[in-house]
Amino acid sequence: MERSIVFIALFAALIAVLGLIPKITLPFGVPITAQSLGVMLCGTILGSKRGGLAALLFVGLVALGLPLLSGGRGGLGLFVSPSAGFLIGFPVAAFVTGLVMEKWKTTQVALAAGVAALVGCVLVLYCFGIVGMAITLQKSLPVATTLVAWFIVGDLIKAVIAGFLTQALRKARPQSFFSRT
Amino acid sequence: MISLHSPVKTLWHSIRVGPKFVLLCVATVALFYIHSPLLQLLVLGFVALLYVVGGATFFTVGVKRLWFLWPFLLVIGLWHGLTNTYAQGIVISLRLLNAVALANLVTMTTQLDDIIDGVSVLLSPLRRFGFSTRPVELAIALVIRFTPIIFERSHALAESWRARSVKRARWRIVLPLTLSAIDDAEHVAEALRARGGAHIREATENESSG
Repeated sequence: MERSIVFIALFAALIAVLGLIPKITLPFGVPITAQSLGVMLCGTILGSKRGGLAALLFVGLVALGLPLLSGGRGGLGLFVSPSAGFLIGFPVAAFVTGLVMEKWKTTQVALAAGVAALVGCVLVLYCFGIVGMAITLQKSLPVATTLVAWFIVGDLIKAVIAGFLTQALRKARPQSFFSRT
Repeated sequence: MISLHSPVKTLWHSIRVGPKFVLLCVATVALFYIHSPLLQLLVLGFVALLYVVGGATFFTVGVKRLWFLWPFLLVIGLWHGLTNTYAQGIVISLRLLNAVALANLVTMTTQLDDIIDGVSVLLSPLRRFGFSTRPVELAIALVIRFTPIIFERSHALAESWRARSVKRARWRIVLPLTLSAIDDAEHVAEALRARGGAHIREATENESSG
């Protein structure tokens, strides 16, 4: 019980810190932050329930007005902004990532984690993001999709990194690995 | 930790969290039903007035908090400029500004303590059904306590990386950072267990009341 609460809280803090690390700009000018990498790691390491709760806690604290989102943003305004869908989708994305990780136990960790991050934090998260953008900017779904398409490359790279990071963490701290116990 | 709370005290601070939040929800929904550019502009004027009431500093801070919307406004502008649907573009842009500005106003003029109290009230039906809200409160406290610690450690890791390499650290510090967070979590969990676990306060409260 204590262990779950503390891990959920510290991974929520980790998502916040990863958003504060200076962003990398891809060659064609699209900025990417490590924040969604944190959401991926929540799922691949903590599993579906704890990972989803960690992301939910993070989103909840952003709503309360803590400046935890990348670029020091926070507050209720974000939940009506065009990127609201991504924010609201974080908990679901972490949950799905964890679920894939838990169900797919036969494969080696790096591959399973990479694919889990791809399904949860790219496929599922972008569905939320696109719907959010379509609503706030009053555009059709295909138009909203083209607007966010620029960022997919960055998230694909992050999913691969998440796969390798998860494998390294699995080796280093096998006893703290909730998604495959 | 830096706060998104207003640097100055305003009239809006005196309104209680509950009514303020309900008003915000009603206003946000209403904004989606206003399709006239002129009406949206009037609303923007009204919202600006709400900020002006708080004084010059408050107004400037409020405007700065809207700055992050510029890429979206640019996209809307380009899109509706190219498709010759100016009126619609103006409505969408103004609605976005109004909705975000109003929500920011609530965040800026409500103390974090009051918001957390509000959340506690919202969660109180759960307590009535026998669910404990103590883990949620504990988790919130832990995040607020540990975010600055993990952030400082990310700085230290990046610095020691720079001492060894000409390249920037970037994502390479994520591994040691996550490792350290995992180790912290194990230590804190152990310390909590040693002190009686996550339910300690509640147990003593029940004893004293019963």
